[in-house]
Amino acid sequence: MTLRLLLIFLILLPLPAYAVQPDEMLKDTRLEARARDLSGGFRCLVCQNQSIDESDAPLARDLRILIRERLTAGDNDGQIMDFVVARYGDYILLKPRLTASTFVLWATPFLIVLAGFGYFLRRRTSMVQTAETALSEQEQATLRDL
Amino acid sequence: MIPEVGHFALILALAVAAFQGLVPLIGAQYGNREMMASAVPAALIQLILVYVAFASLTYGYISSDFSLQNVFENSHSAKPLLYKISGVWGNHEGSMLLWIFILAIFGAAVAIFGDNLPPSLRARVLAVQGTIGFAFLLFSVVTSNPFARLSPAPIEGNGLNPILQDPALAFHPPFLYAGYVGLSIAFSFAIAALIQGKVDAAWARWVRPWTLAAWMFLTIGIAMGSWWAYYELGWGGWWFWDPVENASFMPWLVATALLHSAIVVEKRNALKVWTVLLSIIAFSLSLLGTFLVRSGVLTSVHAFAVDPARGVFILGILTVFIGGGFSLFAWRAPMLKASGIFAPISREGGLVLNNLFLCAACAAVFIGTLYPLALETITGEKISVGPPYFNLTFGPIMLPLLLLVPLGAVLSWKRADAFAVLQRLWMAAALALALGLIVLIVNVRGPWAAPLGFMLGGWLIFGSLIDLANRIALFRGPIANSVSRFGGLPRSSIGMTLAHAGLGFMIIGIVAISLWKVEHILVMKPGDRAEVGGYTVQFKSETPMTRANFTGRAGQFVISKDGRELATVVSEKREFKPNGTPTTEVGIHQTLAGDVYVVMGDKAADGGRVVRMYFNPLVSMIWLGALIMFAGGALSLTDRRYRIGAPKPALTMVEVPAE
Repeated sequence: MTLRLLLIFLILLPLPAYAVQPDEMLKDTRLEARARDLSGGFRCLVCQNQSIDESDAPLARDLRILIRERLTAGDNDGQIMDFVVARYGDYILLKPRLTASTFVLWATPFLIVLAGFGYFLRRRTSMVQTAETALSEQEQATLRDL
Repeated sequence: MIPEVGHFALILALAVAAFQGLVPLIGAQYGNREMMASAVPAALIQLILVYVAFASLTYGYISSDFSLQNVFENSHSAKPLLYKISGVWGNHEGSMLLWIFILAIFGAAVAIFGDNLPPSLRARVLAVQGTIGFAFLLFSVVTSNPFARLSPAPIEGNGLNPILQDPALAFHPPFLYAGYVGLSIAFSFAIAALIQGKVDAAWARWVRPWTLAAWMFLTIGIAMGSWWAYYELGWGGWWFWDPVENASFMPWLVATALLHSAIVVEKRNALKVWTVLLSIIAFSLSLLGTFLVRSGVLTSVHAFAVDPARGVFILGILTVFIGGGFSLFAWRAPMLKASGIFAPISREGGLVLNNLFLCAACAAVFIGTLYPLALETITGEKISVGPPYFNLTFGPIMLPLLLLVPLGAVLSWKRADAFAVLQRLWMAAALALALGLIVLIVNVRGPWAAPLGFMLGGWLIFGSLIDLANRIALFRGPIANSVSRFGGLPRSSIGMTLAHAGLGFMIIGIVAISLWKVEHILVMKPGDRAEVGGYTVQFKSETPMTRANFTGRAGQFVISKDGRELATVVSEKREFKPNGTPTTEVGIHQTLAGDVYVVMGDKAADGGRVVRMYFNPLVSMIWLGALIMFAGGALSLTDRRYRIGAPKPALTMVEVPAE
């Protein structure tokens, strides 16, 4: 039991990674740059929170080479994305696609900003109104004394 | 014998915490002075007992007492002394003990420095602290005993994870925990205020320095973690949006919001309900962070379910304190009268926007960290939420906030004149624009975002400095006059200037490394040269090395520019005792303009070494900025009004009996 927890703790620690090796890299610098960009968006499935671009796991290397093969074959970025997702599922995408089940994920932060603004402005108007009535009552009393 | 003393002290501390959680609270309810006053010795005794427990465990580590299971699993007799000590908190049981120890220090500090608090408030604050201490002591004693013995005692220990054997990481947890736990004080004050049914300027003045101290510790703790990741993980990244990082970043964001909203309570007696709520949220996020890291729930939902004893216990603590805090808030908050009217364009308005953006940014981090867990639990669907999500949500929310920082700082209370604000800051805007133009010219074919990013950073730095210059009437009279005005400024106001300028430096560092980082990966043999970011790096030689706790190979790299030799950096591949865990040490030539960062990789097929080298422009600005922010906080903390203490409560302050 303790050993398992210890293992979990160890897995949680990020490990040093060496990522892309020189022998994998494409001669064409433009294709290579696209390969780097793409692999930054795929999760290394056997690592803890690393992209395949950062990971030295064999599986990540295989995927990096696969992406470069597709690139040399002339696929565009979208085709490669679909190709990888078809094999490994949505889990591999570090940037989740906007779907019904991720709508809440993408929308909530911005809805909070909007709701906060709305609340602030509404509250402001109500505060100003109460302030004005409060003042006018006092002022009316003063006016009567005059 | 010593471990048993420690264990016994820990159990005694549990009993004292139970007393501290109950008796002063009852005393405050019935106005019993003796019972209220008992909180102070209880807090001090608790500190002494927890100290004894902590010292006993530390002694076990220093003396390599492998009859202790905890020491056996996490230490090794060949480790340097520093890492024997840091091994105490490099594991689950010990880190919980550290958590409790820091909690006891903060509790005792309130007891000692809280002389000027109304007795009932102090009693209640300490009682809430006692309750938190009780919960975590119980957790430690029941599920995570650090003093468990092994018989027969092993000859040698398993060793500390080599990755943890690093000076920055040795001190990273204590700072981070001091930040987490420091927020418990704001929480205790909020709960006490809800029980009292009273929040006023004096309350905010007591809460602010504690929150500020916690914020400073969090700032330094997070910066240390980031700095460590930068030089240790070997690809020059400095922030990964890792759930563990997010767990510490969320309390930081809310603590920053709390620092600002408490100003409004102190100066204007407004935003009281909101500030109390933020205090509860800030500590709730600290507890959540502890839960996320300690329960294993992050690795996978299943890891948590397989071994739930500890996770469920922490979840229970979470439910009691977060649920209890929010319930009490829902019940009592309506009693706190709202007051303090202000126009939308005013310093209050600016601080409300600050809070709005910081909380929304925190919500983005929160939902991004927990959404995959929630989705998998509910629908079984597995998704990943990585850096691109955070860059697209957190980034756009923070951007308007950063733009508003210099404006907010010069707004006047209640009702501000927008035109006057622009008049005061036009020079800062002009300077920022000039900086942007310079970057645009230097960076003709570079990313379009670079000049904009530098303008933003410059706006923060120049905005803070110009505001300071205005306040001391610099260049508008004799310099002696300005110097004497500077001496007359409250330290908290100079602290604010520093903290905001530090943020500007950090932005510039982030923009520079994100957009201008240069990378070169190749195979090198001794003697080979390569270029990176205008520097020449020569792989000079490779030598074997042996140390007490590891063996390895060291590669020497000579760094030169324009034919002039600047430095020799060493990148090492180490294999740690006892089981040969490999780590890599990066060679860094650090300058203010940027770092040359060299990593020696594995052997390539042709016998050379894979070498990755980077030029990371202005990257030090990130941590320099954090240090400046920390210094700003420290300066504020020494402000006169904290040193002479909060104002004595006026005689008119009548106790409101809570039902």
